[in-house]
Amino acid sequence: MFIRWLLVISALLPAVAFADINVQEFKLDNGLRIIVQEDHRSPVVVSQVWYRAGSIDEVNGKTGVAHVLEHMMFKGTKKVKAGQFSRLVAAAGGRENAFTGNDYTCYFQQLEKSHLSLSLKLEADRMANLQLTKEEFSKEIRVVMEERRWRTEDKPQSLVNEQFQAAAYHAHPYARPVVGWMNDLENMTVEDARAWYNTWYAPNNAILVVVGDVKARDVLALATRYFGPLKAHSLPARKPQVEPEQKGERRVIVKAQAKLPYVLMGYHVPALQDPDNDWEPFALEILAGVLDGNASARLNQNLVRQQRIAVDVSAGYDMIQRGRLSLFEIDGTPSEGKAAAELEAALLQQIEQIKASGVSNEELQRVKAQVIAADVYQRDSMFYQGMQIGKLEVSGFSWRILKDYPEKLKAVTPEQVQAVARKYLVQDNLTVATLDPQPIDPNDNKPKGQPSDH
Amino acid sequence: MITNIYMKRLFALAAGLVLSMQAQAGLTIQHWQTTTGAEVYFVENHDLPIIDLSVNFAAGSARDGAAKSGLAGITRYLMTLGAAGMSDEDISKSMADVGAVMGGELDADRASLKLRTLSSARERDQALTVYSKILQQPDFPAAVLEREKARIIAGLREAATQPESISSKAFMKALYGSHPYALDDSGEPETVAAIQREDLQKFYTTYYGAQGAVIALIGDMSREQATQIAERVTAGLPKTAAASPLPAVGYPDRPNEQRIAHPATQAHMLLGYPGVKRGDVDYFPLYVGNYILGGGGFVSRLTEEVREKRGLAYSVYSYFMPMAELGPFQIGLQTKRQQAEEALKVVRETLDKFMRDGVTQAELNAAKQNIIGGFPLRLDSNAKILDYLAVIGFYKLPLTYLDDFNTQVSKVTTAQIKDAFNRRIKTDKMVTVIVGADK
Repeated sequence: MFIRWLLVISALLPAVAFADINVQEFKLDNGLRIIVQEDHRSPVVVSQVWYRAGSIDEVNGKTGVAHVLEHMMFKGTKKVKAGQFSRLVAAAGGRENAFTGNDYTCYFQQLEKSHLSLSLKLEADRMANLQLTKEEFSKEIRVVMEERRWRTEDKPQSLVNEQFQAAAYHAHPYARPVVGWMNDLENMTVEDARAWYNTWYAPNNAILVVVGDVKARDVLALATRYFGPLKAHSLPARKPQVEPEQKGERRVIVKAQAKLPYVLMGYHVPALQDPDNDWEPFALEILAGVLDGNASARLNQNLVRQQRIAVDVSAGYDMIQRGRLSLFEIDGTPSEGKAAAELEAALLQQIEQIKASGVSNEELQRVKAQVIAADVYQRDSMFYQGMQIGKLEVSGFSWRILKDYPEKLKAVTPEQVQAVARKYLVQDNLTVATLDPQPIDPNDNKPKGQPSDH
Repeated sequence: MITNIYMKRLFALAAGLVLSMQAQAGLTIQHWQTTTGAEVYFVENHDLPIIDLSVNFAAGSARDGAAKSGLAGITRYLMTLGAAGMSDEDISKSMADVGAVMGGELDADRASLKLRTLSSARERDQALTVYSKILQQPDFPAAVLEREKARIIAGLREAATQPESISSKAFMKALYGSHPYALDDSGEPETVAAIQREDLQKFYTTYYGAQGAVIALIGDMSREQATQIAERVTAGLPKTAAASPLPAVGYPDRPNEQRIAHPATQAHMLLGYPGVKRGDVDYFPLYVGNYILGGGGFVSRLTEEVREKRGLAYSVYSYFMPMAELGPFQIGLQTKRQQAEEALKVVRETLDKFMRDGVTQAELNAAKQNIIGGFPLRLDSNAKILDYLAVIGFYKLPLTYLDDFNTQVSKVTTAQIKDAFNRRIKTDKMVTVIVGADK
């Protein structure tokens, strides 16, 4: 049930634009950027504060600290005691949460529109005045370790994904799990969290995104009142981190208790760099749609429905990355009786087919029709629209590029799709991670091979 | 694809919360019956060029029968994979070509087929043509059935190794015994294997009648267009009587604690008792009370005691899932296996104190502030409103139910909460399932 929300984000985030929507942008003297999208369909507002601080900014030995700090942000300031933040938002009828990714940390509230000032007041307060105590930290770090156990340690496919990222990237911080390695969590201290907060939490490293039944000018006035007094501070230089070229296929095998194997494959591909002139990312996006844009797309149609070699397959690509590099991923679960190697070969064959014969105009048109419709559908969700703006801005792009997104996709030709497949989906550039399922003894009640658990 | 986003708290609670209540105000719901006897609930809204609809049937997994467990789910799913001579591939392509998105859900009570399409004529008409065929002329192709059975069985065998699935399956079985709510809506490997094409055809003609079907509709269309759409999607549905009521749920007469071995790093624990029906007289005191106990996200007592004070779990929650018959009252959490006993003790103490002392006036005020103040958030998208329309129609809640929702919440007293919980939840007879804990 709770997964649904996450999947929606991953499936839809790269897509979409809005041609005729009222967005306004402001910047305070302290560097805080404010982007407001007026949407008067319902008397509600969503407010999101995005920090340009994610796992990409972490260093070895302290992986997971961005996410730990996210948890600690609810633990009180000088004015608002631990736990009070949530109580104040709840008393205003609000919903709130926060999430951390490779590229960012985001805090949000959804409220009836008259309560926007509460949200901004509280966010401004914790942007500058967080109180990090050893006592609160010692409890919350245990919560985060439980989160890691729940999301990763006991989920075979998550373990595969974690190992896959670590194999696909050697130098780049995208190699590291957002939640952090268990060892690093076990050894993390409140000082680590404090250093992170002091380094990255500043108005000049944040973006406020507000979507809802508000007037942009009013939002600016409120934001100026609450965030205006905060001081900018200098941010560490962000050095370029380039992943060395991959010189040959990489393979990882993960053993975990499960019934079915699982295969996750990925190729290094470009992320969006220059929104005005790049075409390859858009061709890759269309390629993902041709492979997995709908139930009749190639992977499902050929491998699940016709060859019946897989019970599930998918393909994905996200062009918006602060790290300016991305992976084109393909994954699948073999049918019972089929080996991971067979599915892997079948997936590769689908890629080879596109490289050899290209894609049809009909397939292209279908993907484009879906893009155009998705562009309209996304306007039904204020939260999602805020996510799009925030993710672009935190990645160093302007929300304005959303406007041209459908046109850019519509301009992609079959030849371009074939060209990116030929250029990037090559064996020397491939990482393959495979789940080797281990049987479970129904009477066995002892954990296996999880030294970090003891 | 697996996503790399981590968040402060699971959305499970939020989702459970939304599902377990309905509310709306200032929303004009038009209601009528089609000539075929289906009930239509319509909200006209031209803000976006979109149409959303769902058709809902009393065709959930409670209708399976133990020997054919999984039948309702397979029937609903197979309808979308072959209709009026169109193959699964034809169907997916026709929908994708106009950017239409089909979905739907299945639970113990209800099966639904959902459609979202652009409201422009070409897109709308093509989407509705295919959607109507799926509803009215499913082919249930034998080869597709064999393929999908294999996929479902593979999924079930995989789920049988994972502690979350193991605990929830054991919990429902312990809670409901021989009542059909005990059946897993995905079925069992052996019952799914036994399902034949004739079973699907029979299930379809028995439970997919227009009589009693509920159509939820919202978006960019006039009342006249809505009338035509409702007629069109129900015109060729089977002519069968509305489904008979489900049997009543019995209460357990003794506590039932099950411990299931598993090598996972975390223990998964579920505690529960038969809860409430839709439209239940105790619904509001229980709903508001549960917000304080374990429904109110970061501010609930369970979260405070288990997570905030002791760091014992990432997620701990409680909810009532109102159903046609008594749906579950459920408390759930996961924790490192070595500390399972400690966490369970805290949960039980928190629940016992809640039952014994009730809630404070301050807690009740805070709960009301959140539930009433957050009301507009429930209706801020067509997608959300569509789901409310379906629930109102399917469970025959009064049309004013949502307008009255805040009033009902505001009337709840601390005494009513204590009384309702003590009458409805017997903590000495609860079901407890613990998977993978160290003893």
